[in-house]
This record gives sequence, structure tokens and C-alpha cells, in this order.
Amino acid sequence: MLEQIPFISIIVFTPLVTAVLLMLLPPERKTAIRVISAIAAFITMALSICLFFAYNQAQGGYQFTERTDWIPQLGISYFVGVDGLNLPLVVLTGIVAFTGVLVSWGIEDRPREFFTFFFILVTGVFGVFVSLDMFLLFFFYELAVFPMYLLIGIWGWPVTREYAAMKLTLYLLVGSVFSLVGALAMYFSYTTPQGTHTFDMLELARAGFSPDFQRLWFLPTFLGFAVLAGLWPFHNWSPDGHVAAPTAVSMLHAGVLMKLGAYSALRVGVILLPEGAKTFLPFIVMLAVVNVVYGAFIAMIQRDFKYVIGFSSVSHMGLVSLGFATMNHYGWVGAGLQMFSHGIMTALFFAVVGMVYDRAHIRDIPQLGGMVRKMPWAAVAFIIGGLVSMGMPGFSGFVSELPIFIGAWRAGSIAAWYPVIAVVAALFGIPVTAAYIMRVVGRVFFGELPPQFAHIPGITVQDKIALAILVFFLIGLGVYPRIMADLIGVGVRPFLAALGGA
Amino acid sequence: MDFILNNLLTLIVFTPLVGSVLIMLLPRENKPLLRWAAFVFSLVPAALSILLWFVYQPDVGGFQFEVYAPWFPTINAGYHVGVDGISVAMILLTGILTPLAILISFSIEERVQAYMALFLLLEMGMMGVFVALDLIIFFVFWEFGLVPMYFLINQWGGADRHYASFKFFIYTMAGSVGMLLAIQAMGLTAGTFDLLGIAQVWPNLTVGLFGLPITTVKTIAFWAFFLAFAIKVPIWPFHTWLPDAHTEAPTAGSMILAGILLKLGAYGFLRIIQPLFPHEFQAFALPVAILALLAIVLGAYASLGQRDFKKLIAYSSVSHMGMVVLGLAVAARVLGADEATRLNGIIAANGAVLQMFNHGLYSAALFALVGVVYERTHTRNLDDYGGLWVALPVYGGMLIFSSMASLGLPGLNGFVSEFLVVRGAWPVFPAITFIGLLGLLLSAAYSLKAIQKVLHGPLNPHWTHLKEVTWREALAIAPLMLLMIAIGVWPRWLLDVINLTVTRMIG
Repeated sequence: MLEQIPFISIIVFTPLVTAVLLMLLPPERKTAIRVISAIAAFITMALSICLFFAYNQAQGGYQFTERTDWIPQLGISYFVGVDGLNLPLVVLTGIVAFTGVLVSWGIEDRPREFFTFFFILVTGVFGVFVSLDMFLLFFFYELAVFPMYLLIGIWGWPVTREYAAMKLTLYLLVGSVFSLVGALAMYFSYTTPQGTHTFDMLELARAGFSPDFQRLWFLPTFLGFAVLAGLWPFHNWSPDGHVAAPTAVSMLHAGVLMKLGAYSALRVGVILLPEGAKTFLPFIVMLAVVNVVYGAFIAMIQRDFKYVIGFSSVSHMGLVSLGFATMNHYGWVGAGLQMFSHGIMTALFFAVVGMVYDRAHIRDIPQLGGMVRKMPWAAVAFIIGGLVSMGMPGFSGFVSELPIFIGAWRAGSIAAWYPVIAVVAALFGIPVTAAYIMRVVGRVFFGELPPQFAHIPGITVQDKIALAILVFFLIGLGVYPRIMADLIGVGVRPFLAALGGA
Repeated sequence: MDFILNNLLTLIVFTPLVGSVLIMLLPRENKPLLRWAAFVFSLVPAALSILLWFVYQPDVGGFQFEVYAPWFPTINAGYHVGVDGISVAMILLTGILTPLAILISFSIEERVQAYMALFLLLEMGMMGVFVALDLIIFFVFWEFGLVPMYFLINQWGGADRHYASFKFFIYTMAGSVGMLLAIQAMGLTAGTFDLLGIAQVWPNLTVGLFGLPITTVKTIAFWAFFLAFAIKVPIWPFHTWLPDAHTEAPTAGSMILAGILLKLGAYGFLRIIQPLFPHEFQAFALPVAILALLAIVLGAYASLGQRDFKKLIAYSSVSHMGMVVLGLAVAARVLGADEATRLNGIIAANGAVLQMFNHGLYSAALFALVGVVYERTHTRNLDDYGGLWVALPVYGGMLIFSSMASLGLPGLNGFVSEFLVVRGAWPVFPAITFIGLLGLLLSAAYSLKAIQKVLHGPLNPHWTHLKEVTWREALAIAPLMLLMIAIGVWPRWLLDVINLTVTRMIG
């Protein structure tokens, strides 16, 4: 019975339907717009969590699949499904979208349009994660980039929003063009038994491309998506984009969109072209470690509160790439956990940064201080996020970083430098992260409260609910990692077999 | 009752967490309620650790009250806890010291709720380290304990608290990164993080990792653990965070820091380095003993030079913990030797563990006493005191009593453990032991200096109206003094338990 309900389509299209509904409302009914948005986002979040628990781990594989021909002449179909790899990311999107709506409650400038674009973006993100058809994946991918441009350009930080929106869009479009070329190469070089071409990724995975073909097309496909994952040296758009975006968009952006890049690079690049991955990932891991170390050092010297978080995302996403590059069970499970953990953590960070900025109207760290007296909830939430970020045991960061490092040790059998990279990433990444987090916590939340902030208001109930939800997941995963780790383990097993790892 | 006995260790570790959460739910404004609630909650793990002390069977080998539950199967780490005689003693110390430190903290007026909640969290972290039998779980609690301590110093500390807490955090964290990497490498080689499982595999490993010969791998891993523990103990020259952290921490924070947190480092030597790296530790026992000697002598010498009362006690901790490390080095050195030599190692290790317990008692008492006088005079400069014994006779008695325990007066606890360490070390490292005795002389000198500056001489007219020790403060310090005398006069009740475990470990 349950199988008949198209759960995935409901999750993907509820936001889109909401976007249309919002456009039908008169723009001045702001409260109604906000309430409807919150309800819709809550429903999506609840459904995605239900889906998480409804997935049968013992059975594994793709579940809740739906398939309808879309353009059969070109081998394009609406083909969606979840496995252990994308399900955590669907949940992540649900959570970040709902909390994003909550912290956007105070937007007064055209909230109707804001939430409309926001929901289109959410649909795009959900769509990418559940797509099993490569064309559909690109379709949703571009669908996510377009509202992002408008959201940043219109509601962003006035100083840099036009520059950042343009930079981000160009970077991501150029990246996706490269990936698309790779995808088309795969499309045209495989002929199904029926004599047609197909975008079906399950079939393409069985296509048996020649090793030379795989090596040739791996780099454009993988790196094109890796731009969105913020892989060094293509990370340049991300801190600017994060900083310029309005709070909820930064949350979605750093929290979910960067995972979109990592996930697509994995789904299209690594899984479809495993020989290419085996050849090039041992070198890409060197870029990843630059991400980790360089991102952390740059975060340390920022004066702008939001840039600190922006660069911390660059640093942490490096760990995701590092995990994938290990090509073994530990590294991949760790990377999967890290995607979820970092998504929640950075959403929390950006939410708190937004709360501080909305009230203080500055983000210059030396001018801030003593915020714990004005917003204790935000301070505690930020500290918990900080502990996650520095990999403190008991929180989700630890249980996701640990398998990544273990994976890197184990990958010593692939290339001798993997253990060295693990050591470098840990020795430089972890203490520097601790240092910049403590610097920010100390300067922004503790110390003297500057007199001009003596009368700023505290945070709202909606803000508190959002923070509580995010913190709940960070601690929950840290204390009981099995709830997600086992599922990801089920999800990555078949793909690792193709890579020859275990 | 069965439930309690079957889950005794889990209860000891997590009842402080429950207390911490409950405190967060109490009304924020009601300070007396918060204080008493924290005190009462901390009595629960205290009672459980005393219960553990009595139900633990010293003559049964191996670990007792073991519990195993899978926690993170992806990397094969489990919640594995269990205790032997050494952990039981440390748990007893933690269980007793925490409520007393909370009693001392009743004078905290700012944000009592957060303070008390953090304090109980800290207890959870420490208890967890003492029961952990899985390297990952060990690391989890080891690292987790840092967070509450950081905030206790950072938020409720003295004038230079931000610098001190930052230094404390970064030092410890830098040490533990190396340990984490070593844990990963070991777990990978052994296929498990279970301490007992690794102890079977790791010391006998003959195949290298990543093209490095196994001796190199083991040596690197040994130094990684050594560094993490050496920073925590602290062993000279890694001690420089300690005087800052101790001096800036609130009184109860210093009590716990000196009383228990330093012991985590020494405990790590016993629980991890001794069983997993016996050959490496043996090979490097001499350099470690020399570092211990430097800690003993230089710590005492630095202590003698201090004008700040609290810094004086802080440096004395460096010196006294050096004694512990000397004992551990002796125990490591005698591996595989003949029976008579091994007996020296056993004696020294007994002394080291007992010294951990003893130092926990008198350093906590001394820090509490510094706090008592600081709260009344708002100065820690030794030159500003003088003649306080006239104004505060009870206080004077307590200070002299605790200082005497610290300088090793026979009849009090410090003498017993120092004697055992020196007795064990003498045949193994004669020269080092001989010079180390100079440190003991210095320790008499600084203790007497403190007593003289604070209590004797003409009474400074500012202090004529100082309040005597209150019943609450006396109640917090008296149990420590009772234990000091109990161990000094009849050490067997404690030593028997320690000795049986240590003998199984080294003999």
C-alpha cells in the first residue's frame, strides 16, 4: 500500500506547489505568506524524515523509485529513487529548508517573492538528490542555480550582492557546462540493447565504458561539479556568495548546495566513471587537503564574522572530498556523515550570524562583543556548532571526521601519500579550526557589550525553534551515529565494489 | 539493587549528565536552589563510587563490571567500560572531590546555573576516561572534559582568564590531535579499538605500516600518546599551560584541575602506554625519568620563587606530579628483569598511583584554602598577608595540616607515596633519585615559606576583621584532611587494592 504513494514526488514538488500558491496570494498579506511557507516547509521536512525511517536497510538498493517516460525518443525519463547515499541529504534539505523559513520570518521586503524563489530553489535541490536520470539531474541542477541568482541579487547584502550573485552564477554555470559535456559523452557512447541512447544512470553504470574513455571524461565531469562543492582552487565563488546571500539562502547554500556539488560529482563522476576515479582521485585528494588547511587558516584572519563561516565551509567541504577520494568504506561513510553534519552545522552558523547582523547591523568582529547577554540561545547554539566544527567528541563532527581519517589511513594501499595527507589535515586543520572558532566566540559573544548594542532586541521564538532543531540533530548524530552511518554504509557498498575497494 | 550493580559504571558516568540537564531546567534566579541541587546531584555519583569501592573485588584479576554495547559499528568502536584497582581508586577520588568542589563553589554569584551544569558535565568527562576500555570512547571523554573546563576558566576565572583558558585549550587539543592520529593508526592495524583486543595484537605486531618498519611506527605512536599525556600531567617542559590555568581558574576549578584532571594524564600512562607500548616505554624510560626529575626539581624551585600564593601551589603540582612520572618510568624500566628488580618497579608503581590519589587530596585542599583567603582579602600576593593565624586560627591549622601532607611529613599521606616511589626508584635510577630528593628539600622550603608569609609575622592591620572559615568551607576541606590522615596512618586500605592490580600489570 505504502509503495503506491509517490513519496519522493510529493517531497520534491510540495515546495514548487507552495511557490505557485504564494504567487496567488496578495503581496501585502505577509503573515499568511509566512505561515503558509512554514507549514509547507514543515510538511516537507516531516515527509523526508518519514522517508528516512521507511527505507528498508536490510533490503538496500534503490527504493521508492518512480519512473515515467518523459521524452522517450531521447531516452529521458522522470526517474527518481532513494538509496543510502542520497537519503541523508534529502533529510538535510528538509531540515535546512524548514529552519531557513523560520529564520526568514523577519523579511519585510517582498516576502512573497522571496519565499517563492526560496521554494523553487528547494525543489531544485531535492530534485538533484533524488534523480536517477542524468538529464533530470541537470534539469534540477540548473533549476536550483537560477533562483539563487535572484535571491542573492535582490535580498542580499547591498554592498556586494550584484558582484557575488554574478560571480556565483557564472562559476556554477561554467562548471556545469563541463559536467554536461562529460555527461553527453557518456550518453552518446553507450547504446542500449534496444538501439537507443539513455540518460538512465543505473543503465549507464552497467555500460562498461572503456578505461580510456573513463579517464578522458572523468576530469571534466568530476571537476565541473566539484566547483559547486567548493574544491580548491575553484572555491573562490563560495565565500563571496555565502556572505552576500540573505541568511536563509546562506544556510541553504552552504548547508545544502555545496553538498549538491559533492553528491553530483560522486553520482555522475565517480560512480559512472570508476576507472577515471581510480586514476585521478589520488591526485584530487591533494586539492582536498589544501581546502582543509588553507580554508582554516584563511578563516582565522577574517574580520568579517560571516566570512569566517564562509571559509570554514571551504575547509570542511575539503574533508568531504578527502573522504570520497579514499575510495573505501570508512572514507565514504565518513564523507556521507560529514555532508549531513556540515550541512546542519553551517546552517546553524549562518542562522546565528544572521541573527547577530539583523540586530547589530555590523559583522566586523572587533566591533562586536558581549552578545551572550542579548541572545544567550544564539550564543549557546553557536558554541555547539563550533564544537561540532572542531571535531569535539559527542557531536556530529567527530563521528564524521573520524571515519574520513581512518579511511585515509587505509587508503595508504592506493597511494603512499594518503596517510601523510590524513596527518597533515588533522594536525593543521583541527587545532586551527579550534582557534578560529574560539576567537569568534570570544570576540562576538563574550567580552564587553558595546554600549550601542545595549538596547537591541533578543531573538524571536521562531529563531529559537530553528536553532533547537539544528542543535538536536548535531547532538543526536554525535551521540548515536548508527542512526545514519549504517544506512550510508548500505548505500555505498555497491559503488565501492565497482571501485575495487571495500 | 541488581540494576544498580549491573550498570554501576554507566550510572557513575551518566548520573552527572542527568544532574546537569536537570539543573538547566530549574529556575535561573533561584541561586540557593541551584547550588543545593548541584550538590545533591553530585552526591549520587559520589555514593555510587563509594559503593563501587566496596563491591570491587581486588583479588580477582582483569576488569570488573564490564559492559559492552556497539556504538559506531562502521569503524568498529564500542561502548566498552570496565574497572580495575587503579580506576576504582581514581573514581573514588573523583566521586569524593566533586561534591566538595561544588560546596566551595557556593560563593559563585554569577550565572550559577551554567556554572553548576558545566561542573557536572566536567565530572562526566572525567569519570568516562577512568572507565573507558575502548580507545575511541577514551578519547571521546578525554576530549569532552576539556569543554566544561575551558568555560569554567574562561567565564568564572581571574583577570587573565581569556589568555589562560585559550592556552589550556589549545595545548591540550594540540596534544590530543597526535593521540587521535595514533589511535587511528592502531585501530587500523588491529582492526578494533577495543583496548583489550589491541593489547593482544599491537605489542606483538611485526609487520610495518605503509612501508615503515614496525619499530618506527610504534615509536611514533608511542611519542604521540606520550605527548598527549605529558601535556596533561604535565611533564616538564610541557607544563607551561598549568600555572596560568590554575591561577586564573575559579577556586573549585583549580581543585578539580589539580585534583583530577592532571591524573587523567598519569592514568593514560598506566592504561594505555604501559600495556600497549611496554618495549618503547622501557627503551625511553631513562629520558622520561630525567624529565620527571626536572619537573620535580624545577617545579619545586619555581614554586619557591613565587610571590603569588596560587601560583606557588600550582608549581608545586608540577613537582609532585613529577614524582608520579618517576614512579611510572621505574615501572616501565623493569620490564622483563629478574624478580627482585621487578619488585622495585611494583613498589614504584604503587607509589605513583598512591601519589596520584594523595596529590588529588592535598592539592585540592590547598587550592580551596587559597580560595578561602582570596575571597576575604582579594589578593594573592604573599607579601600582603602576614600574621593571619592570629585572626584565623582554624584556617591556620588547616593550612599547616595540608602543607605538611604536601611536603611529606610522616604520618600524613604524602610521605607514604613519596617514600614508595623513592624506595622503588633508588635501585633502578640511583643518581636521578638522589637529585630528586633535593626537590623534596625544596618542597619543604616553599611550603614553609608559604606558611610563614601567610600565617606568621606581624598581623597586617587590614586583616584584623577577617571572617574565620565558615562551616561550609570547613565541611568541604575536612573530608580531605580526614583522608590524608587515614592514608598517612594506615595506607593499607587503599594500597591493597592498588597493589594487587599493579602487581598483575608489572609482575
